[in-house]
Amino acid sequence: MQTLTRAGLIEKLYSHVGLSRSESAVLLEEVLEKIVSTLEGGDAVKISGFGTFSVRKKGSRIGRNPKTGEEVVIEPRLVLAFRPSQMLKNSVNEGMTKKVAKKD
Amino acid sequence: MTKSELILEIAAAHPNLLIKDIDLIVSTIFDEIESSLAQGGRVELRGFGAFFVKNRKARTGRNPRTGDAVDVHEKYVPFFKTGKELRKRTNSQMDEA
Repeated sequence: MQTLTRAGLIEKLYSHVGLSRSESAVLLEEVLEKIVSTLEGGDAVKISGFGTFSVRKKGSRIGRNPKTGEEVVIEPRLVLAFRPSQMLKNSVNEGMTKKVAKKD
Repeated sequence: MTKSELILEIAAAHPNLLIKDIDLIVSTIFDEIESSLAQGGRVELRGFGAFFVKNRKARTGRNPRTGDAVDVHEKYVPFFKTGKELRKRTNSQMDEA
């Protein structure tokens, strides 16, 4: 199974929406950028039927360098989390279960 | 921000396009990611992140209320790994604060 990248998505937008490839590329980039800048602002992005991207604050904690065993302070940081919607979970699970069943 | 707000914001920057076309664009993007994942594919968007599928093996779980053993079937779950650039950008708010 080939990896889907920007080029693949642009091709889909071109064939489904009827925009030129260059317009499709611009729009795809804007959608991604809008999601990123919203998250950067600390706001979550909810795509119904797909999932939610959100930013979580992690407090500082003492970690350990697994190689040397040394204790290090892990600074407080923000991490991004994606929570898939039930619909996405179902379609991935059903699609894959069918695919695996076919192979056997 | 919701999907419809995302569509309206993109539309505001493109007065030459119909809202329904922007809706189609946004929906197509997420639908294609979904159908790629449903076939076990990987979706890689540099600077943003990667979507992929993880396999969860069948296991014997417990009903936390009653303690009964229950068989949990093997399943596949969608996953997102944040890209380096996006991780840097979200985390940079921390340095500014």
